[in-house]
Amino acid sequence: MASSRPRGSSFSRNISSAATSQIPGVKLGPNGTSFLSSGIPDLDQILGGGFTLGSLVMVMEDPEAPHHMLLLRNFMSQGLVHKQPLLYASPERDPRGFLGTLPSPMASKEEKSHERPAEQDVNLRIAWQYKKYFGEQNSEVQRGGKAEYCNDFDLRKPLERHFYSGQRVDCISLRDSPNLAPLLERCLTFSAQISKSDGNITCTSRIAIQSLCSPQCDFSDKEWDMLSFIRSLKGMVRSSGAVAVISFPPSLVSPNFLKRWQHLADTLISVKAIPDEDKELAKLLTGYQDMLGLLSVHKVARINTQVPAILEATTFSMKLRKRRALVLECLNQAPVDGSSGSSYGTSGSCSGSSKTGNLDF
Amino acid sequence: METARANLLEEAVGVSKGGRVVVVEDCVETSGAFVLHHYLKRSLHPDSSDVVVFIAFAHPFSHYERILRKMVSSRLVINGREAREDGLLALYGEIEKAVEIYSSLEGSRTITIMIDDVSLMEVAANGSSNHVLDFLHYCYTLRAKYGCSFVTLNHEDIYSSANMLPLILQSEYLADVIIKAEPLATGLASDVHGQLTVLNKESVCDLGGGSISKVRNFHFRVKESYVDYFYPGTQT
Repeated sequence: MASSRPRGSSFSRNISSAATSQIPGVKLGPNGTSFLSSGIPDLDQILGGGFTLGSLVMVMEDPEAPHHMLLLRNFMSQGLVHKQPLLYASPERDPRGFLGTLPSPMASKEEKSHERPAEQDVNLRIAWQYKKYFGEQNSEVQRGGKAEYCNDFDLRKPLERHFYSGQRVDCISLRDSPNLAPLLERCLTFSAQISKSDGNITCTSRIAIQSLCSPQCDFSDKEWDMLSFIRSLKGMVRSSGAVAVISFPPSLVSPNFLKRWQHLADTLISVKAIPDEDKELAKLLTGYQDMLGLLSVHKVARINTQVPAILEATTFSMKLRKRRALVLECLNQAPVDGSSGSSYGTSGSCSGSSKTGNLDF
Repeated sequence: METARANLLEEAVGVSKGGRVVVVEDCVETSGAFVLHHYLKRSLHPDSSDVVVFIAFAHPFSHYERILRKMVSSRLVINGREAREDGLLALYGEIEKAVEIYSSLEGSRTITIMIDDVSLMEVAANGSSNHVLDFLHYCYTLRAKYGCSFVTLNHEDIYSSANMLPLILQSEYLADVIIKAEPLATGLASDVHGQLTVLNKESVCDLGGGSISKVRNFHFRVKESYVDYFYPGTQT
């Protein structure tokens, strides 16, 4: 796959911009589904192409760190770059203020500069430790083929003004209303206008809801109402071909309702911060210093198929490349005892035993 | 090859003699929807004249249609409507009417009523699980009258706390066959997607006077058009 592509990746941009014939930012997937990008190239690759159109993505927040905001920001920015209508709801008083913090796509020149070392590594075929670069190469190929499908975002640079202009961006504060009816109403009108103006699905839209059951909202104790809202939203998203991302703090939902929420999600992701000074974990994992947190994929949307998606790994480390772009990597065990390159769990009990070497096999 | 393997589930479930109640239970990690698809496929096979009354809360019908098209070679059409929310009583009325119509037609056919899934029905009923239970009991009466079968899907892990228990316990008690889909204790693997536990209350083996219902346990691997069932460790 890699060898079939021309080496000069700097030319790929022009080719692809001419070749995008279909809906911008939408990629066809298997079983008659389509994908749109999550705004994080690595996450797209992990999920097999991106978020499936018509799916409900739920992100379980870390109670102490705002890592879910990174996912939401990239998701929303990518939508604005693709000129897709956007609906954003949050428990803040002024949700529109959040738009000012959206990251800006990186210029192609910067993109190239990090592309080159990865490519060289692949050509040299260095052993298993560099397995992660193969993955990166793949995403690079995808990006080369369809340059606009997924951008890298510079988290330090705010999105430029012109991306907002002439676009449909709705913002709602979850705090205003005592129940969820107005929010559902807004979502319905939002999706109705999209599908009406375009007939069949020629355009997709994104819905981002932040911290749905946070205590600032008056309806946070009405658990059945929230469930039926999520159910209605899921049905609406499925029929209109949009993608909805809902983040919520799982600790605030009672345990059996939490399971119901998880069953309702098509794609289920959780983010977790990692403790600052966990020496055992630092010994176990390479690159621990640069890690922002951990991202786990619990469920991947299966629409029009019964085959479950089995991922190679379910937990990934979130890192910032050059303090700008968010990247996800397989967890790499520090090469102490020369065992396999990626570990799937990071439990504390594991770390102790592997260090002292009392594993009896 | 394919039929030989599919038989492991059918073997465990046994040959149905008239109406039976099958409860499928799954959890977040492992979906049990493929068991529903299996029943759908069996009933809607071109050779059979069986009828399915399908009540879908989880997915639009296009989703099931697409899956079934891969499993059954001929093109089939599912006629039906997505479940509405104007009360379970109206829904029951519709089911009863459909069952009545189909059983009055000539030819012996079994009618299967399927619900995907019961927990979403609870959401539609705004959390009153008693109403859902009533609804299920109403449906069970159709079994005596018309000899219908029932296949329902529910999520076992939702009902972990005590106040939610009656629904799952009662439906388990009333079921003839309970099929549980669980992940492997060691996590998911690409060649084994999970394990099925089938409890068949009908096929009791006589052990010294007392009857014991039969439990079978095997692994499965879901594929696009069929599912592989095999005993642990016997997969080639």
